[in-house]
Amino acid sequence: MNSMLSITNLHATVADKPILQGLTLDVPAGEVHAIMGPNGAGKSTLGYVLTGRPGYEVTGGTATLDGEDLFALDPNERAAKGMFLSFQYPLEIPGVPALTFIRTALNAQRKARGEDEISAPAFLKLARETAASLKIDFDMLKRALNVGFSGGEKKRMEIFQMAMLSPRFLILDETDSGLDIDALRIVSEGVNAMRSPDRAMLVITHYQRLLDYIKPDRVHVLSAGRIVASGGPELALELEREGYDKYAQVAA
Amino acid sequence: MSSLAKAIATGDLTQLPSRRDEDWRWTDLRGLLRTLPPKPDHAEVTTEGPFAALGGDVFLVPNGFVEGFTHIEGGPDNPVAQLRFVAAEAGSIATTVLVAVRSGQTLTLLESYEAQADGAVSDIALDIQVAEGGRLERIVLAADRAESVTVSTAAVTLAPGASYAQTILTSGARRQRIETRVSHPGQGASVRLDGAYLLHEQRHADTTSVVTHSGLGGVTSQLTKGVVEGQARGVFQGRIVVERGADQTDARMGHHALILSDKAEIDAKPELLIFADDVQCAHGNTVGALDENALFYARQRGMPFEVARAMLTQAFVGEVVDRIEHEGAREIAAAWVAEQLGRGQ
Ligand SMILES: Nc1ncnc2c1ncn2[C@@H]1O[C@H](COP(=O)(O)OP(=O)(O)OP(=O)(O)O)[C@@H](O)[C@H]1O
Ligand SMILES: [Mg+2]
Repeated sequence: MNSMLSITNLHATVADKPILQGLTLDVPAGEVHAIMGPNGAGKSTLGYVLTGRPGYEVTGGTATLDGEDLFALDPNERAAKGMFLSFQYPLEIPGVPALTFIRTALNAQRKARGEDEISAPAFLKLARETAASLKIDFDMLKRALNVGFSGGEKKRMEIFQMAMLSPRFLILDETDSGLDIDALRIVSEGVNAMRSPDRAMLVITHYQRLLDYIKPDRVHVLSAGRIVASGGPELALELEREGYDKYAQVAA
Repeated sequence: MSSLAKAIATGDLTQLPSRRDEDWRWTDLRGLLRTLPPKPDHAEVTTEGPFAALGGDVFLVPNGFVEGFTHIEGGPDNPVAQLRFVAAEAGSIATTVLVAVRSGQTLTLLESYEAQADGAVSDIALDIQVAEGGRLERIVLAADRAESVTVSTAAVTLAPGASYAQTILTSGARRQRIETRVSHPGQGASVRLDGAYLLHEQRHADTTSVVTHSGLGGVTSQLTKGVVEGQARGVFQGRIVVERGADQTDARMGHHALILSDKAEIDAKPELLIFADDVQCAHGNTVGALDENALFYARQRGMPFEVARAMLTQAFVGEVVDRIEHEGAREIAAAWVAEQLGRGQ
């Protein structure tokens, strides 16, 4: 299989505590894979390890994006290669308007790829169109990023950033939590609009409902730091019915 | 006369403040200056100052020579004055300038310390008076050199109903003290005292202020922010005195600093001395590192470490810049901050 993201026997610790314990996962280009699993299983940890968060130490195994060793790259280099993490808990950035933050990020990525900076008018046009498609009030983008935003607004801002930066590999960490019913639909449409043969996604969620909107090609169960089961979309329905009991035993 | 001015006038180095002087313990001059260089000659200034684009009258003080004016005053429609202290050569300089804003006048005073040569030891004294109903906004941009030694002391006397606002922007020096002493009569007078010190390598900057409230209902709002890296050292001493009878004083002081390297240092001493009743006084003082989580968030979005750090530190200092009232000066201050924090180039 020609995978875009390929993770083999990954081990990682947080504060010397082993969290990922032999995780293997392949996501081919063009596919959407869902990850479900109990609280504390290591789902967010996987997202942080793949994006290089300080404090998350890789103690074994490999991860490649398009065949390139991710762990040899700085977080910003991984971003420039197309890795994007929609945070479970987005950070607040006081004093930096959302638009300034995103333009700085976009231009840094373009520079890293040897491309020209985006012109101010082109950037504003893109921002206006993207905001309109995600039903985000443009004035909100002039406020300091995420400062005083509601939980749902922060999640929407994550998707806005994603649409603006146009990454190739998307990790959505519980992007559905905190969204109201309409926002869930709008955000899902935004995500679906990004599906393409040369992109891939990992969608971390607790709720089957999101997967009605964003239809996964594969569903994996992450428990105690490993993928313990994989299947088609029907696996999510089964989990919804039966919970994680039987996988907890597998992991133990 | 400051102790440095006395030492320059008399040649007596024992006049210099030392570590043993409580108010100077973090800005020792006696241990630093083993000799004082001779007074420089008068110099021609051919460069433009940092506020040149904003126009107004220019008051030049090259090598300590007050050139062609006795004092600076305000006017009816908010004139701008550029006051440029230019250290064109090595040498010891002691100089005094008088600023008088009369009743009902306003003034934007754009003051710059421009060190153009190493080896300058400067003592700058300002006597600032704002009469009833007068308004003065003073912006100080201290562009000293790594080898400069500068002491600037402003004695500010306000009448009731006067308004005084100040922002000090400094990148420090070998040793630098910028001190402001405000005599605050309350009774409708208001004071804003702000500052930003952005220090790298082995630079030092000391921002000291004393505001003495002597009358009813005075307002003081103070905000200083600092960013230090390398082996730099930032000093903040802020004292607010509320004298007996200065009831209903509203005084707030904030000092917040970021330390970006483990060899950099901040010494801060905020003080409220309150002898009156029914006052609203508060101070906040925080010293810390850049938020690691915010830094990672920015890097995950593609910003290299230096870009993310510059963006976050600039935003941190931005609050001080935003409080500058004069729009042109605010823009120059923002550009100066961006340049100091490495994103301007
Ligand atoms: N700094 C830390 N020190 C110690 N343990 C930590 C630290 N950070 C995370 N952990 C632990 O790592 C484990 C995995 O956490 P992670 O956030 O990856 O779980 P998750 O699968 O995303 O859970 P949830 O569904 O609740 O979001 C948890 O047991 C958590 O307590
Ligand atoms: Mg999680």
